[in-house]
Amino acid sequence: MSIETFLTTHYSNLITQMKSLLFDIKRYAINDGPGIRITLFMKGCPLSCKWCHNPESQSPDVQKLYTESKCIGAQECIKMCPEDALTLTPKGIVTDYQACTLCGICADVCPTKAIEMSGRTYEIDELMQIIERERVHIEQSNGGVTFSGGEPLMNAEFLMQMLDACGERKLHRTVDTCGFADTDTLLEVAKRTELFLFDLKLMDEAKHKKWTGVSNKLILKNLRLLAESGANINIRVPLIRNVNADHNTLSEMAEFIAALPGKKPVVNLLPYHNIAAGKYNKLGSEYNAMNMDEPSEEEQNRAIAIFEKFGIEAEIGG
Amino acid sequence: MSFADEPTIKTPERPAGAEGNFYTPHPEAIGPGMNQRIQRLRKLSVETQESLSIERALITTKFYKENYGKYSEPMMRALNFLEICKQKTIYIGDDELIVAERGPVPKSVPTFPELTCHSVEDFHVLNTRDQQQYTISQEDIDTYEREVIPYWQGRTMRERIFSHVPNEWKRAYEAGVFTEFMEQRAPGHTALDGKIYRKGMLDFKKEIKDHINRLDFLNDPEATEKLEELKAMDVSCDAAIVFAERHAELAKGLAKTESDPKRVAELNRIAEVCRRVPANAPRNLWEAIQMYWFVHLGTVTELNGWDAMNPGHFDQHLTPFYEKELAEGTLTRDEAKELISCFWIKVNNHPAPPKVGITARESGTFNDFTNINIGGVKPDGTDGVSEVSYMMLEVIEELHILQPGNSVHIAKVTPDAFLQAAGKLIRQGHGYPSVFNPDVYIQEMVNQGKTLQDASEGGCSGCIEVGAFGKEAYLLTGYLNVPKVLEIILNNGIDPVTGKVAGIETGDPRSFKSFEELYEAFLKQLNFVVDQKIRVSNYIDQMFAKYAPAPFLSVVIEDCISKGKDYYNGGPRYNTNYIQCTGLATVTDSLSVLKKHVFEDKTFAMETILDAVAKNFEGEEVLRQRILNRTPFFGNDDEYADTIAVQVYNDLLAAIEGKPNTKGECFHLNMLSTTCHVYFGLVLGATPNGRFAGKSISDGTSPSHGCDTHGPTNVIRSLGKLDQSKSGGTLLNLRFVPSLLKRDKDVEKLGHLIRSYFSLGGHHIQFNIVDTATLLAAQACPEDYKDLLVRMAGYSDYFNDMNADLQQEVIDRTQNEVL
Repeated sequence: MSIETFLTTHYSNLITQMKSLLFDIKRYAINDGPGIRITLFMKGCPLSCKWCHNPESQSPDVQKLYTESKCIGAQECIKMCPEDALTLTPKGIVTDYQACTLCGICADVCPTKAIEMSGRTYEIDELMQIIERERVHIEQSNGGVTFSGGEPLMNAEFLMQMLDACGERKLHRTVDTCGFADTDTLLEVAKRTELFLFDLKLMDEAKHKKWTGVSNKLILKNLRLLAESGANINIRVPLIRNVNADHNTLSEMAEFIAALPGKKPVVNLLPYHNIAAGKYNKLGSEYNAMNMDEPSEEEQNRAIAIFEKFGIEAEIGG
Repeated sequence: MSFADEPTIKTPERPAGAEGNFYTPHPEAIGPGMNQRIQRLRKLSVETQESLSIERALITTKFYKENYGKYSEPMMRALNFLEICKQKTIYIGDDELIVAERGPVPKSVPTFPELTCHSVEDFHVLNTRDQQQYTISQEDIDTYEREVIPYWQGRTMRERIFSHVPNEWKRAYEAGVFTEFMEQRAPGHTALDGKIYRKGMLDFKKEIKDHINRLDFLNDPEATEKLEELKAMDVSCDAAIVFAERHAELAKGLAKTESDPKRVAELNRIAEVCRRVPANAPRNLWEAIQMYWFVHLGTVTELNGWDAMNPGHFDQHLTPFYEKELAEGTLTRDEAKELISCFWIKVNNHPAPPKVGITARESGTFNDFTNINIGGVKPDGTDGVSEVSYMMLEVIEELHILQPGNSVHIAKVTPDAFLQAAGKLIRQGHGYPSVFNPDVYIQEMVNQGKTLQDASEGGCSGCIEVGAFGKEAYLLTGYLNVPKVLEIILNNGIDPVTGKVAGIETGDPRSFKSFEELYEAFLKQLNFVVDQKIRVSNYIDQMFAKYAPAPFLSVVIEDCISKGKDYYNGGPRYNTNYIQCTGLATVTDSLSVLKKHVFEDKTFAMETILDAVAKNFEGEEVLRQRILNRTPFFGNDDEYADTIAVQVYNDLLAAIEGKPNTKGECFHLNMLSTTCHVYFGLVLGATPNGRFAGKSISDGTSPSHGCDTHGPTNVIRSLGKLDQSKSGGTLLNLRFVPSLLKRDKDVEKLGHLIRSYFSLGGHHIQFNIVDTATLLAAQACPEDYKDLLVRMAGYSDYFNDMNADLQQEVIDRTQNEVL
């Protein structure tokens, strides 16, 4: 046995790779950058946008999802739970999170996958193997890999190593970020990234705080510096009636974008949709739509026109 | 959410200028790009009720009564064909430019009592059933009962066949282990090459005469037989010419009474065209299309071969005429498109001949499977796309009719622009075109021993089966229910659905010690079934060669004249038989369940799963869910399941490939299912993969419904692991919701997906662009969705024309929804 094999077998914990928690891997991703892509959704986000389509992306930890409609009342989970944390109620299986240790046994034994654990740890090698399987589609379409989340910069060290690994294999790299990250780190990531999908939500700081939980000062600063560094940027704007679809907000945004240094970014407007409501139920939390609403087609067209007035190319969809 | 309250009503016909059209509409065009003539012809074709005509049966019966025994079989067939061409009612409708019908009027289809004779009861069912209704008057039924039925009793091909099959075959057939194509229709699946655009019937007659003169009666013991066949071919050429001349006469007559000078000129032109072709080679586009149409009608009047008839690479055949006339200034693009549209509507006027012994449930489709190949490569391997190819895509988009079927052929040399245009047509959600990969199917044909040039001139004739156009008889002999083979070994030779013996005993599966032992039993049963199938197929082939030769078809298929042999008797250059194996994913997934849960993880015992399957999983929902959610299934780029699929596929190949047919050539594997996976599901009990009894099995080489949970790129990777070039065709259905194809760049990505599948060796792929809400709404409110065309395993059909099982099947297909 060689020393390497010995070490790998017996002391693998000493030479472990970087790991990250992912909550989803999407193939045939056609809205996350050029070509056909594979998108890795990393868990954890510093923002908590009220409209978030992936509420399970916000927490950086493993979470339990329960889909009542899939539950057939087999009760295997109740039988197998080492903490006796589960009970069957008229509303299906209810978890006592005081007792639950998130060990995942209930998800393992559930015959219908009504219980699932959101968040699985991946090492870089494993992810690269998964990515390689998509190569035929990536090469055919000039596609690549997109890092999304959550906020991929929350685990910047891992992200950077993944970007390097993809770079070595000549894979096009896209990073989808909310921009709320350490500036130096972001600029380091930029050296390894071909395209940024940079989310921009609101220009008014107070409103931004109200709707996303954080100030937008750092985000706007980062966007400006990123543009200055010469990075390729597509700006993504969730378009939500009663939040940011009004003329003033959009004009202010367009004005800001128009004044950015470097290449003119393209703006992708993503019309709000309440499809995420069901996902909140799965997490056992309530979806509060407040007064958010889908923008009408007319509002969407008006939004495009506002950006175009500032000489910015805007389109619906990513 | 309630679907019934607010169904998304789709209007398939968009205005000519609407977004989504890939063509630039003509400024004067009305409606969706069609001119008024085409609109009227289309309306007539779409709105005319399908009907049955007994005229052909009456002519044939009278001729056989008076002449049977006086001539050799080929001459009987040819003289009968001549009688029909001389006597049948002919039709030239208002507005028509391309003329002639199979029946007396559009949408009317004749019967073929010499092959299968409809009973009075059959007619009553056809007349009254809800779907695929063919009307026939009581008077005609009475005439049929009096004149036709008594003569053919005991004399039809169907009776000849069924009276001679062994019991083992009958048992398997009745259990639904396989079907038999030739019990209802003649062998077909024929497409033409370019010879009829270079030679007319008079040229063929010269060739025939030549070969008659060369016959050596002293040294060739088959010379007399060949003489009879060649004489029959000669008579068939005359028949086609007579048929065309009658149309010329009719057109002349109509011109005399017509008051509109423009129509008079058209009728005179029709007369001129019908005098020219098919007697002589065509000189221009109009004549070229009419030439093909007469040949088409000849072959489908002579017999009712499967998959009607097919012009093959029609765009490539028409391109030289179009380009020449365009350069000469004798034809405009619009005129050319109008003629092509007229042809398209002609094909739509021709519903498939209905089966006998039918029930409403088995009723299939009006589609007669003429599949126009567009794009692809020329015989020299270069890009075959031309302006005519784009024109055909426009015609398809504008007309939006059931027939003819169409497919685009995307080789490495095919331009992206053509793929993009085809993608935009796919996006319309009408269920066509299907997409083929010439690079792979040419390889398939070369592997079977065809020359590269003959293979390159080939393509797809009906569903997904490919052949060397104009040079090959490739007969689909029937579908094989692969999951049923597994069911029979799990019951030691018994069909559990009927309780009857359906195969050989292979041992009690509870005693199997390993997966290998189980698989061994599966192979033993498979080989037994294939042997039965081939034995009877060869017998049927001989019966057709002897009693139902097709001299007219033989004229236009290469080498029949020079060999002096019939299309059904080894006359063509290539003679191939296929067995179509259905349910690859169902059997793979079932084997995966048994391998993983019974033999490896020991999650449950063989006894447990066999009991659960026997009671259709009643009270076993937990077990069934565990199976569905905790087993590696085919179509997810999962090595565990895909390895089993590859093994089953290779063993199907081993069982079938190379078995000799009656023409000195052999049988090959095909992975086509058409709609047979629905029938096969009906006769199949529950299966170990969690599928309930009666539910359809997987189609073609597609994954089981709902089991491809990792998106289209993984489906394609799984399918790419099968060496598809070794079979005669595979079939992959992918359902896309419209949101995946909204923007032009989404269509581009669809193109990339197609190209990456083809780079992995994919043979065929097709897309259903629909959403479940639309389908559910269509089921709830059929009259609002009469235009809803969906693609079903190799062809398109109207959703409303499908029976409930087929509709459910479409709904069950996995949606590759990306939110």
